[in-house]
Amino acid sequence: MFDNFPLFPPEASTLAGEVDLLFFFLIAVSMFFIVLIFLMVAVFAIRYRRRSSDEIPTPNLGSLRLELVWTVVPLLIAMVIFGWSANLYFKMARVPDNAMDIYVVGKQWMWKFQHPEGNREINELHVPTGRPIRLTMTSEDTIHSMYVPAFRMKQDVLPGRYTTTWFQATKPGTYHLFCAEYCGTQHSGMVGSVVVMEPREYEAWLAGDTSGGSMASGGEKLFNQLGCVTCHLPDGSGRCPTLVGVFGKPVQLITGEQVVADEAYIRESILRPNAKLVSAYQPIMPTYQGQVSEEGILQLIAYVKSLAPAAETGQTQGTTPGGAAAPGNTGTAPGTTRALPSNRSNQ
Amino acid sequence: MSEATSRLAHHFNDLKQQKEATTLGMWAFLVTEILFFGGLFAGYAEYRSRFPEAFAAGSHHLDIVLGTINTAVLIGSSLTMAMGVHAAQLGKRKKIAVFLLLTIVLGLVFLGIKAVEYTHKYHEGLIPGAGFGLQGADRQQMLFFAFYFLMTGMHALHMVIGVGIVSLIAFFAWRGRYSPEYYGPVEVTGLYWHFVDIVWIFLFPLLYLIGRH
Amino acid sequence: MSAHVVPTPGETVVARPTPNYLTNGYGLKSWLFTIDHKRIAILYLISITTMFFLGGFFALLIRLELLTPPGDLMEAEMYNRMFTMHGIIMIFFFLIPSIPAVLGNFLVPMMIGARDLAFPRINLLSWYVYVVGGIFTLTAVIFGGVDTGWTFYTPFSTTYSNSNVALTAVGVFITGFSSILTGLNFIVTIHKMRAPGMTWFRLPLFIWAHYATSLIMVLGTPVLAISIVLVAADRLFQIGVFNPAMGGDPLLFQHLFWFYSHPAVYIMILPAMGVMSELVTCFSRKRIFGYTFVAFSSLAIAVYGFLVWGHHMFTSGQSIYAGLLFSVLSFLVAIPSAIKVFNWSATMYKGSISYDTPMLYAFGFIGLFTIGGLTGLFLAATSVDVHVHDTYFVVAHFHYIMVGGAIMGYLGGLHYWWPKMMGRLYPEAWGRFAMLLIFAGFNLTFFPQFVLGYLGMPRRYHAYPDEFQVLNVMSTAGASILGVGYLIPMIYFVWSLRQGEVSGPNPWGATGLEWTTPSPPPTENFDVTPVVTEEAYSYSKEEPEIVGGDKSTRASFQ
Repeated sequence: MFDNFPLFPPEASTLAGEVDLLFFFLIAVSMFFIVLIFLMVAVFAIRYRRRSSDEIPTPNLGSLRLELVWTVVPLLIAMVIFGWSANLYFKMARVPDNAMDIYVVGKQWMWKFQHPEGNREINELHVPTGRPIRLTMTSEDTIHSMYVPAFRMKQDVLPGRYTTTWFQATKPGTYHLFCAEYCGTQHSGMVGSVVVMEPREYEAWLAGDTSGGSMASGGEKLFNQLGCVTCHLPDGSGRCPTLVGVFGKPVQLITGEQVVADEAYIRESILRPNAKLVSAYQPIMPTYQGQVSEEGILQLIAYVKSLAPAAETGQTQGTTPGGAAAPGNTGTAPGTTRALPSNRSNQ
Repeated sequence: MSEATSRLAHHFNDLKQQKEATTLGMWAFLVTEILFFGGLFAGYAEYRSRFPEAFAAGSHHLDIVLGTINTAVLIGSSLTMAMGVHAAQLGKRKKIAVFLLLTIVLGLVFLGIKAVEYTHKYHEGLIPGAGFGLQGADRQQMLFFAFYFLMTGMHALHMVIGVGIVSLIAFFAWRGRYSPEYYGPVEVTGLYWHFVDIVWIFLFPLLYLIGRH
Repeated sequence: MSAHVVPTPGETVVARPTPNYLTNGYGLKSWLFTIDHKRIAILYLISITTMFFLGGFFALLIRLELLTPPGDLMEAEMYNRMFTMHGIIMIFFFLIPSIPAVLGNFLVPMMIGARDLAFPRINLLSWYVYVVGGIFTLTAVIFGGVDTGWTFYTPFSTTYSNSNVALTAVGVFITGFSSILTGLNFIVTIHKMRAPGMTWFRLPLFIWAHYATSLIMVLGTPVLAISIVLVAADRLFQIGVFNPAMGGDPLLFQHLFWFYSHPAVYIMILPAMGVMSELVTCFSRKRIFGYTFVAFSSLAIAVYGFLVWGHHMFTSGQSIYAGLLFSVLSFLVAIPSAIKVFNWSATMYKGSISYDTPMLYAFGFIGLFTIGGLTGLFLAATSVDVHVHDTYFVVAHFHYIMVGGAIMGYLGGLHYWWPKMMGRLYPEAWGRFAMLLIFAGFNLTFFPQFVLGYLGMPRRYHAYPDEFQVLNVMSTAGASILGVGYLIPMIYFVWSLRQGEVSGPNPWGATGLEWTTPSPPPTENFDVTPVVTEEAYSYSKEEPEIVGGDKSTRASFQ
């Protein structure tokens, strides 16, 4: 379209085109009804205009048949739209299995991104084309909303919990990133860009950032600093359960319930340790509320994710010195396929 | 007879229409009150299902003896209120006033006991907000107490208004305003009072009896 | 130009027949202590008009700021207060009362043949409650306003906002009771005070619409009230109900808030639909097509309206299954509205259509409401809503319905019943001109916003990317025209009070009990309680014809 007068956003994700198709269908349906009603009203208004001041038309009370027609037909059209939309919505909601993780923390009034490899960005997010990318997001304060119009993607970002969404970028370029949930003074300043790159360029960009180790290694540092390691011994001999291989697996709670140890569970266990106490253990873990930031928690989660049990992978546990988690075979428990980019040299 | 007809408002055709309108009006108003309290019940339901232990622990801090006494007091006051309405239907001027007075007394007893309970909570540091005394994991009980004070406080506010209205009606009854032909105001006041009672009957087990066997 | 009387042939029209409700007592006390529903309607008319122009002033400032991409007219915080105050004032202090409190209060008793509403003093109380709520809110405005958005989302409103949240919350809380009292009054009145012969299915559809509206007012507003109490309590005492750090859930607020605020939008549109039924029948001089369907669709909208609140929360983090449920219900709620539009159009078929100002507003309503309603389908589709939620697409959608629909309905009704209420006619040529100006200005203001929304411009943005400017400039240009359009009736209505042509009892030749009284009516409305023997909108004595049906369907429509 026109450069400084666009009328339509770019399509830069796998689902953008599908959303647009449904949108155009909705426009077509709307145009049909708008034209129908406008024409009807205009034609009647002109054709049946009052010609003499004392004319009284014959009343017409109604027609059951017509009422049924104009109830059922719109209803059917509405259901078609609903079905189409629901189908597309499932695609939007179901994160593909091989998604790459990126972690997002929103706060007044900026976006902070963490790549598992350790790259951190503020207000600018670099992503490769051709892979699904899962965003795990939380807020440090109010509700925000991560919105990339070019991807037709939006998800509210809440304090106190994680929300996730995903996309797969298709066209390299730089696209608007907006906060779409009013969050205070600089709400309209909480903007940035998503920079979509070809995979090779993305690798190069990742490697170019030498600011520190991966998220998992950062998490390992915190794990030691905060003293977690003193109780959560890897062999389970400590006063607390081992965390090796726990991610994504079901956990038996003291109440008899079973929950899956996902990101939300780990976050809650750090901030409110006795909320979902593991059975057969004492409620002795102190809370770390106020001692670790949301980004720190995400790093700890990345670390826990990286703790694969030795028996299944044949690799050594934990991380290799220098930070990167063991590359290659990460086929551990089902649902925990968090593939890291392969062929990545450490540091 | 003429006393009653002088109570007929200018826009109604007869006393029957006036009474039906007044009664329907009060029922409709009570429906709004159900929705009003309903919002609090919805919030309570969400948080209790999320934090069952904290709610149970909070509930154990409440004085079940005082709560039970209050429940009995309030049910008793509904009885005296109903008898007051009955007296109005029969045109027994003095009895209306006596029963309504009893209702007021019982209502005030209820409010007094609530004041005692609130004072206890204050001294125990259980008022939610900056002064909340519990720490650590127990701090989660603050949500329970938030709902305890909001729900019983809102209820108490309705009780105070109710006591005011009943007092007014009792005064009018003493002055001979009501008769078998005209007692609508007594009846709708009774409806309001019974409603406030029923709200308490829901509040009591939900707040005081969590996890008690 | 002085008032002059124009008698119609064979009829003597007395200038300002006395006494009428306007002349029955002069002086401030007679107005401030009135229990006459008609005077209370005028009190509301003055109050909501004042609020409308205040809310409009904030809108003007918003559109001026948005002429340029950077936030250069005012500070961000001031802008945030502007859009918040615009929303709060327009919704709670203008749209929600508008038709019910002005036209409903005036006409409901008259249309059913009653002398007043069931509870006249409660009616007056409702106005005072409105005024007190307004004073609280205006005080908050004077002290700098509030910047949470009219939606008061937590935890921003409870923990992070630096503005007068609690004061504004109190104002809105109080005003809600005005709504509840009005609704209660209408429900009891319609149930208990209909004149002999006025059966439910002979009621004007305006009454059905107000009945349905009253159901919503009575059932929904209390939930808003409690949501606001919770916000105020959390803000003032930090009790943690919505604070995640204390285990609170910000989403609980959204559920409670939208449980009212979605039905609230039906409070705003249903009365306008009621006006439509009156206008279309009068200016087509025909009975409504499908009376029963139009009546029941009002009830259907009221009921369904309570089931769809989650469509404001598709991206909020609620479960996808909840999202899908709310989505399908939101599609269903569109159907009764569609039924009405078709029935109004069918009423015009083979009618006798005149182009007086009220009918022009009816045409405008049908067109703009159709567009606004259809864009609701876009929003009900979760996968499209993900993209356009919280963008200008939503802003355009609700302004098409609220302004293109509800306000046009209000203005159409005001023009239609003005002669009855004031005993004077407004100037017809100016009326038509203003309507056309409003229609043009409105579309120029809000249609570009659909495009802006799909492009991705979020709402509540004080500064925006450069490429959105052209569309924003178009929108602001439209807003200026719209503003002028609204000023014109304001001027000629006031002018008409002294200088307008005197009106007879029934200048439009309409059916309906209100038109059998003098203009303006006497305080008691009717000297003798009317007895109703005809169906609504019985313009013709002819046997009705059935189109598209057969004789057996006749009985179901009698």
